[in-house]
Amino acid sequence: MRFQKNCKAELISKAVMKQFVLCFICLAVFSCQKQYYVNKIEGERLEINRDLESDSTVDAFIAPYRKHLNASLDSIISFAPATYSKKDGDLNTAIGNLMADAVYQECNPIFKKRYNKTIDFVLLNHGGIRAEIPKGPVTLRTAYEVMPFENAVVIVGLKADAILKMVEYLSEVKRAHPLSKQINITFNSSYELEQLTIKGAPLDMDKTYYVATNDYLYNGGDKMVFFKPNEGVFDVDYKIRNVLIDHFKKIDTLRPKIDDRFIRKVLK
Amino acid sequence: MKRRDFIKQSLATSALTSLGGLGFDLLTASNKKKITILHTNDVHSHIDPFGPNDGRNANKGGVARRAALIDTIRQENPNTLLLDAGDIFQGTPYFNYYGGELEFKLMSMLKYDAATIGNHDFDNGIEGLLKQLPHAKFDFLSANYDFSNTVMDGHVKPYEIFVKDNIRIGVFGLGIELNGLVDKRMYKETKYLNPLEIAQDMARILKQEKKCDLIICLSHLGYDYKNRKEKPSDLNIAKSTQDIDLIIGGHTHTFLPKPTIIKNAIDKPVLVNQVGAYGLYLGKIDFYLSPGQQPKSEHKTILV
Repeated sequence: MRFQKNCKAELISKAVMKQFVLCFICLAVFSCQKQYYVNKIEGERLEINRDLESDSTVDAFIAPYRKHLNASLDSIISFAPATYSKKDGDLNTAIGNLMADAVYQECNPIFKKRYNKTIDFVLLNHGGIRAEIPKGPVTLRTAYEVMPFENAVVIVGLKADAILKMVEYLSEVKRAHPLSKQINITFNSSYELEQLTIKGAPLDMDKTYYVATNDYLYNGGDKMVFFKPNEGVFDVDYKIRNVLIDHFKKIDTLRPKIDDRFIRKVLK
Repeated sequence: MKRRDFIKQSLATSALTSLGGLGFDLLTASNKKKITILHTNDVHSHIDPFGPNDGRNANKGGVARRAALIDTIRQENPNTLLLDAGDIFQGTPYFNYYGGELEFKLMSMLKYDAATIGNHDFDNGIEGLLKQLPHAKFDFLSANYDFSNTVMDGHVKPYEIFVKDNIRIGVFGLGIELNGLVDKRMYKETKYLNPLEIAQDMARILKQEKKCDLIICLSHLGYDYKNRKEKPSDLNIAKSTQDIDLIIGGHTHTFLPKPTIIKNAIDKPVLVNQVGAYGLYLGKIDFYLSPGQQPKSEHKTILV
């Protein structure tokens, strides 16, 4: 888009330059305030890339922070005998099972202590696994890469109808959303529910189930709208990433496995 | 030319001597002024450049490179303002480890003039933000967050007027609605006021009362919401206000290859710009100003 400058005005102003200049001085003397107006604007976007030199003072200032940070992030907290990726598995993955079970194990004692209740199972989201756990040493950096976000665990009280809505949701999205081992969901080959048990028992229509998830999903993230309305929401002030870090620190070697907690039967 | 010299000299030795340098300056300089506005948004604690294996962002970004570029631009034109549109915090372990201290210290080294507050700047709570303020040698501007019942009271201004080469540049800040986006325990009693009404007020105050030559809105509202047109956004503010020259946006991580030109409420052009996120780009807008009254029918060249 272009607006052409008014050239006529410029010619006129040249012709009466003397008067103009004098008038202007008078104006400046009496008002001491000169008015300016914008007659041209230029805009551009500059890419920050390798072609630019780094400011050495700034770089030197960052260096000790970077050094301390990297030393800490590279500290080894566990070991992975294989690479675990969220792509490996149909409706449950080793890495997803590891995360959901870690949330159960680390948060249930706090939930019990604080609210005198027990978590029934954990549901996280497949999209929330942001990186794989590579084979070899597991470091703090691994935990930051798997879970770069600040999401915290929340525990939501749900009646059976909401649990059924959750199962319906899972059958529609057909994704390996991580579930902890306390729940078992079996679909047939066309994603219809065949079996549902929680802690080994069938769904109890009168019971309130305590489902641990994260604040993002509780607030309707990934279209998980079944968390509202509910029978109460409980905080344990625990970020998912910190759950992972604390969990990894307790285990010498991670041995997560794909199992049958959440499966669909495929016709042979 | 001779006549002009004569006028200059005679004036310098008579009527205007009492004004010192001012009279001389008025006549010798071409009187055209250039103001450069540099801006970033949603840097999200990205201090180091992305590594070589980081997909589409590989080898881009980095504060030390940005510092060198800004320095070059300032040497070219000292009449430069450096602004940030919020979400300084959160996104790399630098934030988790140091709580935003390094981000603010580096922005101070780069001589940022002002920033507005993004939703992620509340990630360590309002106390977490307050705690890092001593490291920030630049202004925090927000006209539509009322902090009066919080610990941030007195630490944030609605606007600031910067004077560069005698040009008065009014900059005000706008923040996004926090309810539903940020945990209430984080932002506490921060009150969110209607950004459109505030923007209209701010533009009027800065133009009419404070006699600003340029007005810049530093916004963390987001560029545009296609499915929720009524939600306050930079495009909505641009269309429904007057006297704002430039809206620098954030929040939506919108990578605009060039500023968008919008017709404002009185059919005059206003620029809206946003440079994505993570310090991958630096936005640069140059305003050229001439003395005199604004012509009735606006003739302005915008090259973007």
